[in-house]
Amino acid sequence: MGKLITASQFPDPDAAYRSVIEAHRGLSAEASADLDARLVLVLANHIGDADVLAEAIALAQASSEQS
Amino acid sequence: MADPDIRKDPRKVVYRYAYRRAADQDVGRGARHPVVVVGAGPVGLVAALDLASRHIPVVLLDDADRIGEGSRGICYAKRTLEILDRLGVGEALVARGVTWKLGEVYLGDTLVYGFDLLPEDGHKMPAFINLQQYYLEKALVDRVSEVNGIDLRWNNRVSGLTLHDDCVELTIETPEGPYHLQVEWLIAADGARSTVRELIGLKFRGLTFEDKFLIADIRMAADFATVRRFWFDPPFHSGQSALMHRQPDNIWRVDLQLGPDADVEEEQRPERVLQRLRRMLGERDFELEWVSIYRFNCRRLDGFVHGRVIFIGDSAHQVSPFGARGANSGVQDAENLAWKLAAILRGEAPATLLESYDVERGQAADDNILHSTGSTDFIAPRSAAERRLRNAVLGLAPKAEFARRMVNSGRLSTPTIYHSALTTPDAAPFAGSARLGAPVPDAPLETRDGSPGYLLERLGGLFEVLYVSDGRRPNTPEDVKVTVIGEDLIDRTGLFAARFDTRPGSTYLVRPDQHLTARFRSFEGDKVRAAMDRALGKQ
Repeated sequence: MGKLITASQFPDPDAAYRSVIEAHRGLSAEASADLDARLVLVLANHIGDADVLAEAIALAQASSEQS
Repeated sequence: MADPDIRKDPRKVVYRYAYRRAADQDVGRGARHPVVVVGAGPVGLVAALDLASRHIPVVLLDDADRIGEGSRGICYAKRTLEILDRLGVGEALVARGVTWKLGEVYLGDTLVYGFDLLPEDGHKMPAFINLQQYYLEKALVDRVSEVNGIDLRWNNRVSGLTLHDDCVELTIETPEGPYHLQVEWLIAADGARSTVRELIGLKFRGLTFEDKFLIADIRMAADFATVRRFWFDPPFHSGQSALMHRQPDNIWRVDLQLGPDADVEEEQRPERVLQRLRRMLGERDFELEWVSIYRFNCRRLDGFVHGRVIFIGDSAHQVSPFGARGANSGVQDAENLAWKLAAILRGEAPATLLESYDVERGQAADDNILHSTGSTDFIAPRSAAERRLRNAVLGLAPKAEFARRMVNSGRLSTPTIYHSALTTPDAAPFAGSARLGAPVPDAPLETRDGSPGYLLERLGGLFEVLYVSDGRRPNTPEDVKVTVIGEDLIDRTGLFAARFDTRPGSTYLVRPDQHLTARFRSFEGDKVRAAMDRALGKQ
């Protein structure tokens, strides 16, 4: 572990969150899930590092277990 | 090769062979043979031919008396063609087959991805040919009758075996009743439903996929280009995948995904099949040659060697057809095994050399299963979430290069690079495309008198040293053949130099299966000797 950046990077985190929310607004659950799938792939490729991706997946899985 | 007698029900005979009584059938307790191969499919035939080329006599048993029944492979990869060429049938098969290199992948009716296998210049064999499996088997059976040392027995079905420390006892059923054989080494090339495997009671580890696929060969005079075409969700076969690929004689392979719930009986009814094909092909004239329904397995035995029984091909491991990794990997199993078994039988290597067959071909099987599972998961996603991600890749493919590289309609067979104890690690760096543990790359090389040819056809199936001329003639061990590049063979194109990253004095040790096992920047007889001992398992 250690390559994934979890410290906040956006100068305006609220705006970043909002832009994702707004992309989903008005979509059916189905269309929304499709959008997320494409977004995951686009962002994963942008990262381009299998270790970081694995850490990101682990973090996402761990968050689900806690909730 | 003569044209086959293909009947209207092509699951039946293409070529028929006669049962003949063998002298062994009159030997009460059973005659003894060094090697018996069970199964005269492509893999068993290659094993027998390769062993015979190394002067090991082989009895080859097949439970049928014909070629042509059952499922059929069509795509033969470059490495397989190189092996077939060494065994004397490669050129005729390439001439008979359809050489191809282009692929197209569609989503609906939109082209999302095209590929060109872009074969490098200066290789004797093409990247791929398509050819009906019965032509390959016929060529190999013909070759068996041309060479010495193979006793091919049709209608000989293994029905029992007993494992001993020093041999395997076989019971074999024939039309004239059973007989017995004792065999030092038994090679099981008897396919996915291996009788030998069942008699020993060995189990597979891996996956069976739920989706069913319709596979059909159709005869059709069409002017389509020679391109492997694959569709996800095509208009003519909604929600599923489809594949179309050319074979010789105006035969086309069509593969239609039917989903997990398809009714196998219903889907094989000719009217039903014709209706599906009609949607794909429109009003074009075509005839149905062969139809089958498949479910795919990606699985293997834990070990390929069990005492004196050795599993090769589908009896050892199975993959889905997307990627052409079935017959191709089986032929490479046979090649890997043949020289090792021959060395053991001649007393040149310890029996423990067979462990390297298990390791090296186990690596290849894992590699093939990984790729084949990935392709099958992409083509037939196992859950709604997997389907969503698959469709996300296809949706992004026209817009983004990264997604095109994720589109997976089959990753085509290439040789696995062995990480093997037989290989001597590099002491000095080498660039170029030659890799330790991989088949040496081919390159054009002329003889001294100027006649053209290729490296791989000059390699005779023995341990060979390729030595790059520096004006000396190295003093080599007696049993090693040395070829001096620049004297015995001339690298006029410079492709050998580029692919092997040569300098004057560079020395390459090639195994009998044409894999690179050691290389040095200068020739030293004791190092070559040690590398050869290592490659023979004499550590």
